Amino acid sequence: MKTSDIIHETYTALLSNKVRTGLTMLGIIIGIGSVIAMVAIGQGAQGTIQSNIQSLGANLIQVTPGSQGGPGSQVSQGRGTARTLTYDDAQAVAGELSLIQAVSAELSSRYQVVGKGTNTNTTVMGATPAYPSVRNVSIAEGSFISNQNLRSLSKVAVLGPTARDDLFGKGASAIGQTIRINGIQFKVIGVTVAKGGSGFQNQDDMIFIPLTSAQKFLAGANYVSTIAAQAVSSDAMSQAQTDITYLLLDRHKISDPASADFSILNQNDIVATASSVTQTFTILLAAVAGISLVVGGIGIMNMMLTTVTERTREIGLRKAIGAKRADINRQFLVEAIVITLVGGLIGVALGAAVSWGLTAFGIIQTKVSIGSIFLAFGVSAAIGIVFGYYPARRAGALNPIEALRYE
Amino acid sequence: MIDVKNITKIYKTGDIEFQALRGVSFTIKDGEFVAIMGPSGSGKSTLMHILGCLDTPTAGTYFLDGKDVSTLSDDELADVRREKIGFVFQSFNLLPRTTVLRNTMLPLMYSGIDEEERKKKAVKALTATGMTDSHYHHLSNQLSGGQIQRVAISRALVNDPSLILADEPTGNLDTKTGDIVLGTFQKLNEELGRTIILITHEPDVAEHADRIIYIRDGQIVEDGRAHSKRKARHHA
Repeated sequence: MKTSDIIHETYTALLSNKVRTGLTMLGIIIGIGSVIAMVAIGQGAQGTIQSNIQSLGANLIQVTPGSQGGPGSQVSQGRGTARTLTYDDAQAVAGELSLIQAVSAELSSRYQVVGKGTNTNTTVMGATPAYPSVRNVSIAEGSFISNQNLRSLSKVAVLGPTARDDLFGKGASAIGQTIRINGIQFKVIGVTVAKGGSGFQNQDDMIFIPLTSAQKFLAGANYVSTIAAQAVSSDAMSQAQTDITYLLLDRHKISDPASADFSILNQNDIVATASSVTQTFTILLAAVAGISLVVGGIGIMNMMLTTVTERTREIGLRKAIGAKRADINRQFLVEAIVITLVGGLIGVALGAAVSWGLTAFGIIQTKVSIGSIFLAFGVSAAIGIVFGYYPARRAGALNPIEALRYE
Repeated sequence: MIDVKNITKIYKTGDIEFQALRGVSFTIKDGEFVAIMGPSGSGKSTLMHILGCLDTPTAGTYFLDGKDVSTLSDDELADVRREKIGFVFQSFNLLPRTTVLRNTMLPLMYSGIDEEERKKKAVKALTATGMTDSHYHHLSNQLSGGQIQRVAISRALVNDPSLILADEPTGNLDTKTGDIVLGTFQKLNEELGRTIILITHEPDVAEHADRIIYIRDGQIVEDGRAHSKRKARHHA
C-alpha cells in the first residue's frame, strides 16, 4: 500500500461520518487547547512574579536584624526586633566587600503623618542617597535625599505618589510643602515615580526621610531595620551573601554562625521560592487539562471500536481481495492518529488564541511556550497510537470469512 | 489449474467436532467454467473458502497453479488471494460512497501498482463486463443491482486472476438481472478464457456452467457436464 493510498483511504473514511469524526476530534481539541492555555497561564504568572521581584531592585541581598535577646536568653521578642544592625555595619559592607556595588541602609516604621489638613498612616523610611539605585526607585520631581541631608540631619521628605495623593490630593504639587511626621515638621523636596504594588510591599505608599533624621527624631536610637546590599552580578550573589555573613559575624563578635543576630535573604532565593510555587500551580493546571486529554483519547478509542464494528464487512472484503493484517492495522491506526493530530493542531491554535485573548483583555499575563506546543503534539500523536492501537489490532485480526458474513 | 486431493475440513466447537468436508478430490483445468452445487449445509461454502484461500483444509492438498497452498499462513494466503483469485459475492460488497473506478481498482491498491497502471487495468476490466465510461465516476450507491454486480465482477477481474470465484452471485438479483450477470460470466469464460467457479444452490444458475460438481454431506456425489442452457442458446 502506498502512502498516498493510506491518506486517501483515511480521508474518505473520516469524511464519511463527519459529525462523529468532528465530535471525537472535539475531545482532543479541548484537551490539547486547555493544556496549552493552562501552561501558558502558569508560565505567564511565573514571568509576572519574577519581573515583580526584579523590580524591587536587581541582585539584592537583604540583611535584617535577628531576635532581641541573644544566646542564653529564654525570651525571644521575635525576629526583626533586634536593634543590632547599625549604619556602620552598612558602611562596612559597602566599603570592605568587593562583590557588593551599593548598599542601602534603611530604618522603616509606620507613623501618623499629617499634611495640609489631611492625615494618613504610612510607612516612613529612613533612607540614604543609595536607596533609589539599590531599590530601583526613580524621582518624578524634585530630588532625593542627598549626602548633605544625611550629614546635617535635615528635616526633609520625599513622598511616594500614593502618600502624596493621600496628603495633598491626586496629582497635586507637593514640593516645598510641609508635612508633620509624629509631630515633627518635614519639608517635601521630591516625589518618586509610581511603581505599582509588588506583592510584598507597596513602594508607592511611603515617605522617605534621611536615615540619620529617622534615627534621631523618630526612633531615638542608632540602629537600622534593613541593610539592602546590591551584588555586582547575579552569579556573585551567593558568594556575596557568605561574605556579608562573615563580615557581620566578625563585627558583632559572634563566632558561631548558628547564633547570628541577623538574618540574610538572597533575592535569588525569593525568586526560586516564587518559581516553585508557580511551577506547582502550572503542573496542577496542566494535570487537570491532561485529564480532559485522556478523556478525549478514550473518546477516540470508543469511536474507532464502533467504526471497526460497523465496517466489519468492508474489512472482510479487503482481506478477501488480498489485504494483509498489517494493511488493515495500519489503516485504522492512521485514522486514529490523523484525528488526534488534526485535533491537536486545532487545539494548539485554540489554546494559543485563548491565551492571547486573556493577555489582550488584561485578565492575566500568559506565555505560550514552544515547548508546550511540541509537548502537546507529541502527546496527541501518542494518544492516537495508544488509543487507536487496540481497535486497529482488532480490525486486523478479523477472520475474513466471519467478517464477510457479519450482519 | 486447480488440483484438489482428498480434502477434509473439521470444525471444532468445544468437544463437538463437525466434519464439513470428507475427502473431496477434483481437478479444474484453466479456462473451465464450473458450478459447485449443493443444498445448504452440504459443505459447498467450506469448499469455496478453501478454494478461495480464505481458509486451509484440515487434511489433504490443494495445488493452485502448481503451488501447494493448503499449509500457508494467513499473510501468505492474503498474497495468493491478491495475485491469483478474484471474488464475487452474493451481497456485492462494494465500498459505499466510493466511485466505480475506485472500487474496481481496490485490489490493485494492495499490490502497490502505481495509479496510472491501476486506471488502465480497471478500465479494461470494466469494459470486459460491459460497463461504459459514463459510469466510472458514479458512486456505488447510484447504480442498479445488475450494474453493482458487474462492477464487483470487474473488481474480481482487475488483477488478472487465475480463478474467479463467485459465491451465489445472483442470489440478491431478480431473474432478468441475474441472467445478465450470468451472461457476463459466460462471456468472460468464452472470450477471455477465464477460469470461473460458481457456487450456487439453484440448478437454473448452475446450468450456465460447462461442468457441475454436486456436493452433499461433504462429499462429491456427481461430477459431470452440464446439459446446459448455454448449449441450447448456442444452437438457437
